[in-house]
Amino acid sequence: MIEFMLNGKKVTTSVAQDTPLLWVLRDEFKLTGTKFGCGIAMCGACTVHLGDQATRSCVLPVSAVAGQEVRTIEGLEGKHPLQKAWVDEQVPQCGYCQSGQIMQAATLLATNANPSDDDIVNHMNSNLCRCMAYKRIKSAIKTAAATSAGTVEIYDPQSESARELSE
Amino acid sequence: MSKQKNEQQNEIDASRRRFMIGSVGTSLLMAFGGVSGLVNSPSAQALLASKSFSPNVWIEMNSEGEVLVNIAKAEMGQHVGTAFARIVCDELGADWYSVRIRHVDTDPKWGFMVTGGSWSVFQNFKMLSQAGAAGRIALIEAGAKMLGVSPESCDTEQGFVISGDKKVSFSEIIQRGKFDKILTPEEIKNLPLKPVKQLKLVGKKSQALDIPAKTDGSAKYGIDVEVPGMVYARPIVPPTRYGSKVIEVKDQAAKGIAGYLGYEIITDPSDMIQGWVIVLGETYAAAMNAVKAISVSYQKGPTAAVSEEDIQQEGTRLVNDKNQGVLFVDEGDVGAVTDLTETHLTSTYKTASAIHFQLEPLNATVEFIDGVCHVHSGNQWQSLTLPAVAKALGLPAEKVVIHQYYLGGGFGRRLFGDYMLPAALVAQKISKPVKLIFTREDDSIFSQPRSPSVQRFDAAFDGKNALLSVEHALTAGWPTLSMAPGFMPDSLDKKGKIDPFSTSGADHWYSIENHRVRAINNDLAQRTFLPGWLRSVGPGWIGWGVESFMDEIAHQSKQDPLAFRLNLLDGKGKNKAGAERLAHTLKQAKEASGWGEKLAADEGMGVAVCAGQERTMPTWISCVAKVKVNRGTGEVTLKKLTLVVDCGLVVHPDGALAQLEGSVLWGVSLALHEGNAFKEGKISATNLNSYSPLRMNDVPELDIRFVESEEAPVGLGEPGVIAVAPAIGNAIFDAVGVRVRDLPIRADEVKRLLNS
Repeated sequence: MIEFMLNGKKVTTSVAQDTPLLWVLRDEFKLTGTKFGCGIAMCGACTVHLGDQATRSCVLPVSAVAGQEVRTIEGLEGKHPLQKAWVDEQVPQCGYCQSGQIMQAATLLATNANPSDDDIVNHMNSNLCRCMAYKRIKSAIKTAAATSAGTVEIYDPQSESARELSE
Repeated sequence: MSKQKNEQQNEIDASRRRFMIGSVGTSLLMAFGGVSGLVNSPSAQALLASKSFSPNVWIEMNSEGEVLVNIAKAEMGQHVGTAFARIVCDELGADWYSVRIRHVDTDPKWGFMVTGGSWSVFQNFKMLSQAGAAGRIALIEAGAKMLGVSPESCDTEQGFVISGDKKVSFSEIIQRGKFDKILTPEEIKNLPLKPVKQLKLVGKKSQALDIPAKTDGSAKYGIDVEVPGMVYARPIVPPTRYGSKVIEVKDQAAKGIAGYLGYEIITDPSDMIQGWVIVLGETYAAAMNAVKAISVSYQKGPTAAVSEEDIQQEGTRLVNDKNQGVLFVDEGDVGAVTDLTETHLTSTYKTASAIHFQLEPLNATVEFIDGVCHVHSGNQWQSLTLPAVAKALGLPAEKVVIHQYYLGGGFGRRLFGDYMLPAALVAQKISKPVKLIFTREDDSIFSQPRSPSVQRFDAAFDGKNALLSVEHALTAGWPTLSMAPGFMPDSLDKKGKIDPFSTSGADHWYSIENHRVRAINNDLAQRTFLPGWLRSVGPGWIGWGVESFMDEIAHQSKQDPLAFRLNLLDGKGKNKAGAERLAHTLKQAKEASGWGEKLAADEGMGVAVCAGQERTMPTWISCVAKVKVNRGTGEVTLKKLTLVVDCGLVVHPDGALAQLEGSVLWGVSLALHEGNAFKEGKISATNLNSYSPLRMNDVPELDIRFVESEEAPVGLGEPGVIAVAPAIGNAIFDAVGVRVRDLPIRADEVKRLLNS
């Protein structure tokens, strides 16, 4: 039995210890916003937050998250400034990679409220977009950075500052 | 697909097509339909209520005045539903914020279903406009009565019928009015469509309706489907596409894996799926792990040893043998001119295998309910796929339904849905619902690659190096031959059939007096794998040869490559009313790119043009690439791409720009980053550790401009790919004087050329 925090709630799972977190999220907890792309941690479609880090859930055994906090795209509750910027800049095409892109970008803004072009490229290069909407991903990150308060923290929709932002 | 066939189909539809508008329940339904017997039916209401016809367009307005546009197209990133809905909504005068879209399943009533070829807007623009206009007129007639004014004094706007200072909402009209009308083809033809200048949505900035769900994880793709009682499955893809047989399966080591549910050896009476083992699990993780623990021995198919080099060698043999192939273009007398001249230029261009690598791996979830097979899976060409699924299952077509979801990338891989077959066959065999997911590696091995290709060009010049003739031979595996042979027209010389998707683009818009194109199927490629339609399809690899060689001809003629192209785009003869538009984009690209400006050392500019996917649906694009070449390493840095695009009226400008940005970067990726290779009968680069599509750090500066136009809108999903690779190749020549002829362009090859 493995226990961890998932989007702010305590959950337990009894799957095999080595089951990749991705499949536990998708098949057991029905959080299908996190996607399966390459299975070898090279496309980023499966990106979730483990504590304050973006991590690839397709290669992370579920046993590794015991007692920790996991946040998925659903856990942003549609309130993250990046999600609004993604709509404003009309970023997604097929959309399949975008949960991962947003989760990856969120950890950039959490530690760097005003990233340069190079900062963005360095941070986002690990995430493949097969539709190649890269130009808009970059501009949406800049828009979100420019329009949101310079909060340097991992995003939690229940936090004070997040509630202020969404009001 | 053969254009002739398409147009024929459209004409037949048009002659039978009626427009129906009727109150059904509390809603107002509107539809285009084509069935015999319809003419004699007295009531649109009855027809709409029973849905006993095939609608090409189906619109529902509820008593709140909300508009639901049904879309029989796949959504794979092109926001097609938004484009369609805006066309309807604009003519209707509805409130855009009351419009929703629904992607429908494969109920036969929807008629022929395909999303590809960059055809969607091109083929549906008029019908959608007419539907909206017919709805507007009906609402105005009813609204005018309620307002006590003449219909002539009315217009619609934002969901209201308005006459002077009086107005009544669509919602009220639908609640109080009774609609029941059938329009004849003649009446449909005479519907007053709004002039482009009056359109408020088409051509204006807008947000795509599918985007919000793609930012919060709620958009549902095929891979997200679950059905009650299902088991998970992963395939073991056999060593060859065709002809492999399973001899023995050893699963002892898998038996200890928690949740492993055993394996099935699949037999497919239609022979599409040969030598497959499907591994089952209570979870997908269990099925995935079990595959690693199972060993299968095969009697391998006959192509188990074929390599990329073998296929290319065969291609080279075929283009060099003048007796091979059939004629696609034959202008003037190439033979006579070639024999008389002394100056010749011969070049051979090649492209390597490339795979779609759509990010959502292939998958299908299948359940049988009351004898009907329900397939849940994203697909682009249901009308081609559904009969194949039915045939494999031994069921009539009406016993199969394909349910549509968002596609995590299509790019042509989800046209023919061969991936549904193993899922359907195993679900039938074990009498349980099955969710089959390919891992990335499984997906790549079972890919439908863009075939390796070889093209040979022979140009002849007069004593002053003026171009006299071009002979062009091209060969590849032909997708249409394997997947939709009925769409292959006769060749020009009637010696055989031709794959329009493996020849289009060779019939370019340059006026060349003597021009011959010979198309040859590479049979070895055809037997080794299933050649795929990959974004931009034939023109995607043919353009590489045509536009690179055009540059070679220009240099042989001692002319500026851009000016040389302008001269040949004179719009004479068969190129009338086309080449001029292409020339116009070229002139604009010249200005926009700063063509001819002085560049730093080892920098260069190259130009290439394209006319989209088919001569009958041309999208005019000129592209200028600016590169820098590292002479030491051969590495090419793409600094900037400038594109000028004339695609007629732009229906959804931001969506159009997004399609261009994506397709242009696809062009870059195919030119510089993506090359695969067959080894031992299979695709060898199966995941991102060996196959490396473009990432953010390699995105060049992009300057994309649209020509303002009121011409009929044409396709946009693919043509942006075509001119990029040759523009880059030509820029490399401009920079350092070496001619690359193999795609992808690799640093090692540039270095080799620099040193030779």
